[in-house]
Amino acid sequence: MAKEFIKGNEAIGKAAIMAGLDCYFGYPITPQSEIPEYLAAEMPKVGKVFLQAESEVAAINMVYGAAGTGIRVMTSSSSPGISLKVEGISYIASAELPCVIVNVQRGGPGLGNIAPEQADYFQATKGGGHGNYRLLVLAPDSAQEMADFTMLAFDLAEKYRNPVMILADGCLGQMKEAVEFKKTVRKEYNKDWTIGRGEKDHKVISSIDIEPEKLEQRNLKLLDKYKTMEKEEVLFEEYLCDDADLVLVAYGITSRVARSAVELAREKGIKLGLFRPKTLFPFPKKDIYRVSQKAKKMLTCELSTGQMVEDVKLNSHKDTEVYFYGRCGGVIPADLELLEQAQKVLDGKGVRF
Amino acid sequence: MAAEKVIIAGFGGQGVLLMGQVLAYAGMLENKEVSWIPSYGPEMRGGTANCNVIVSSKKIGSPVISTPDTLIALNRPSMEKFESSVKKDGVMIYNKSLIDVEPKRSDIKAVSADITNIAIEMGNTKIANMIALGVYLGITKVVKLESIMQALKKMLPERHHDKLPLNQKALEKGMSLVA
Amino acid sequence: MKTVYEKPKSLNDVHFHYCPGCGHGVIHKLVAEVIDELGIQHKTVGVAPVGCAVFAYNYYNFDFSQAAHGRAPAVATGIKRSKPETVVFSYQGDGDLAAIGTAEIIHAANRGENITVIFVNNAIYGMTGGQMAPTTLVGQKATTAPYGRDPKTMGHPIKVSELLSNLEGVTYIERTAITTPGEIMKAKKAIKKAFQNQIDGAGFSMVEILSQCPTNWGVKPVDGTKFIKEKLQEVFPLGVYKDLSEERKGGK
Repeated sequence: MAKEFIKGNEAIGKAAIMAGLDCYFGYPITPQSEIPEYLAAEMPKVGKVFLQAESEVAAINMVYGAAGTGIRVMTSSSSPGISLKVEGISYIASAELPCVIVNVQRGGPGLGNIAPEQADYFQATKGGGHGNYRLLVLAPDSAQEMADFTMLAFDLAEKYRNPVMILADGCLGQMKEAVEFKKTVRKEYNKDWTIGRGEKDHKVISSIDIEPEKLEQRNLKLLDKYKTMEKEEVLFEEYLCDDADLVLVAYGITSRVARSAVELAREKGIKLGLFRPKTLFPFPKKDIYRVSQKAKKMLTCELSTGQMVEDVKLNSHKDTEVYFYGRCGGVIPADLELLEQAQKVLDGKGVRF
Repeated sequence: MAAEKVIIAGFGGQGVLLMGQVLAYAGMLENKEVSWIPSYGPEMRGGTANCNVIVSSKKIGSPVISTPDTLIALNRPSMEKFESSVKKDGVMIYNKSLIDVEPKRSDIKAVSADITNIAIEMGNTKIANMIALGVYLGITKVVKLESIMQALKKMLPERHHDKLPLNQKALEKGMSLVA
Repeated sequence: MKTVYEKPKSLNDVHFHYCPGCGHGVIHKLVAEVIDELGIQHKTVGVAPVGCAVFAYNYYNFDFSQAAHGRAPAVATGIKRSKPETVVFSYQGDGDLAAIGTAEIIHAANRGENITVIFVNNAIYGMTGGQMAPTTLVGQKATTAPYGRDPKTMGHPIKVSELLSNLEGVTYIERTAITTPGEIMKAKKAIKKAFQNQIDGAGFSMVEILSQCPTNWGVKPVDGTKFIKEKLQEVFPLGVYKDLSEERKGGK
């Protein structure tokens, strides 16, 4: 099939429509506004719903309402906007509603700026809002994966009745690449639990259990689901890890830079490898362990002051040395910069995490 | 060709971003791996617009270019900002019409072209970007002229298709400058 | 044997948890009767607020979605937009609708969402224990206004029906009170109209109902009605604030 030269944000919009998106609710914020702009233009053409809400808070609650009816629904935002949505996301996770949430991360904290960062890792992978819940978090590294993961996200959301987050960043959102939109076969899942079917077996969508024992059961049921995800949905990519003396661990746009650094290193005979988690929750724990045991040294690179590195450290072999290098505020490190950091680590001059 | 990494920079309004997109689009039409990224990160400040384009025969790593093979500088601040980053033995194409200083480096191939003035002579300053792209194609031969024309046709809204012949003339003019 | 009275089918056979003299029980029944009479039980979806009516879905016998505090109009919008064939209503108190959910109610109304809103105004926070509401009267005591509401620092009671009736998108707004059998029948008529409007595609309809909360007003259950008539109605006059029901039938 012919490829399309398209922005990462627009690739998400187009893939969502191909996946059968029924309703989109959102609120403008840079650097993700191409998603609502694209959908505002395209959704009416296919007879679907686009609604610009009065706030991120309203948008996520519209998602909650629509998700209860079992249709395919999505919202998107960027860091500060996601912070506003987390209350609603907690309700959605508790009520076990399927939906897709896109976070095109920008610089923070506070108003920050509109340049790319990866500082919402904790928020995305550890829950974000109140209570015991997890999102399934997919981390694309290209416009192609922005499209592929969006389609995958709708399926996973329905499979687990759980919100799925696409954790991208401003760079991935704004860059244009060639994308092949691969139409996937839509799997059908049981919709007996939904409201608005016009049936006599009435259903309630709720996240409240006044009795402690009941609420505990709800929590344990969620935990079970998350454990299944950890068993079955882990995705990652390994690049030249087998003989590596040092493995870089990075996701999203940073993994692209790290890949270049690995290639530059290999040209010089330095044995670097790259481990790239594609799912941040579930985190590829076992595979980090396996790779770390072999490589002995791991260097986590992020656009943050150190977030994913905690998971890398936690899951690495006890004798493995874990190092960290991060840039933030919207600064993307150069490939040479990562290579220099890797060299430092190999020379025994790195700073252990 | 492994990977051709080019930074295209100039004033906002010189058509820098479009020029990069047309190049990447043409690369895609030739089944190459491509990436295009607009000014982002620290280099976005300072009043210049720029984009990074990579056209490659293999999977592209970082879309953010630290050492370009080629720099196309359409104004002086762009040349001053990016000249030092160009790869040794790389190429720098600069717009003599608007740049009144000489290149500092001697380990790169510096190509000067009177881009804006030629565009004025051709009757439309807006086609300066296509003249520059022509110069670039003439030197690097990254993609074919036909691919660029095909890309332009796909990217320009139909109401601007009457400008396609002028764009082609500008591209050919640019190529002829380095033939 | 002739049936003289029966419980509405749209209500479950359970006891209400509401306090003696509370208005919610009456309002729940009015809504259920209207839904029965319109024959829309199985296509109705209710949206419950945070507040005393948080468990409304236990009492009603049709689909329900509980909502975060104040967000019921957004949740109702999501349901209605995804399933236009449903009949969707939000059931909200004054704290939910007129304080934390102000943005959601104004914008749902302004968009002319084809939904029905039942707004229960009893001028106090009930569930959390008698704190000041946005509709609490000047001078009225609340646990967070122990010396009475002072408009200089706490603002004035917000008049939601008056406020919303200024919006283009609104089709029908009426303020009622459940004080006497006559007023209760008027409230029911208003509720029925608000649902009928949605069925007719006429757009956003809201019925504000002045309702008793003797527990948190600190009065005897029998005196709750007196408080509405003598105090609340002074500030919140009953009546139709906007009615374009006929003009907008069929989505016009």
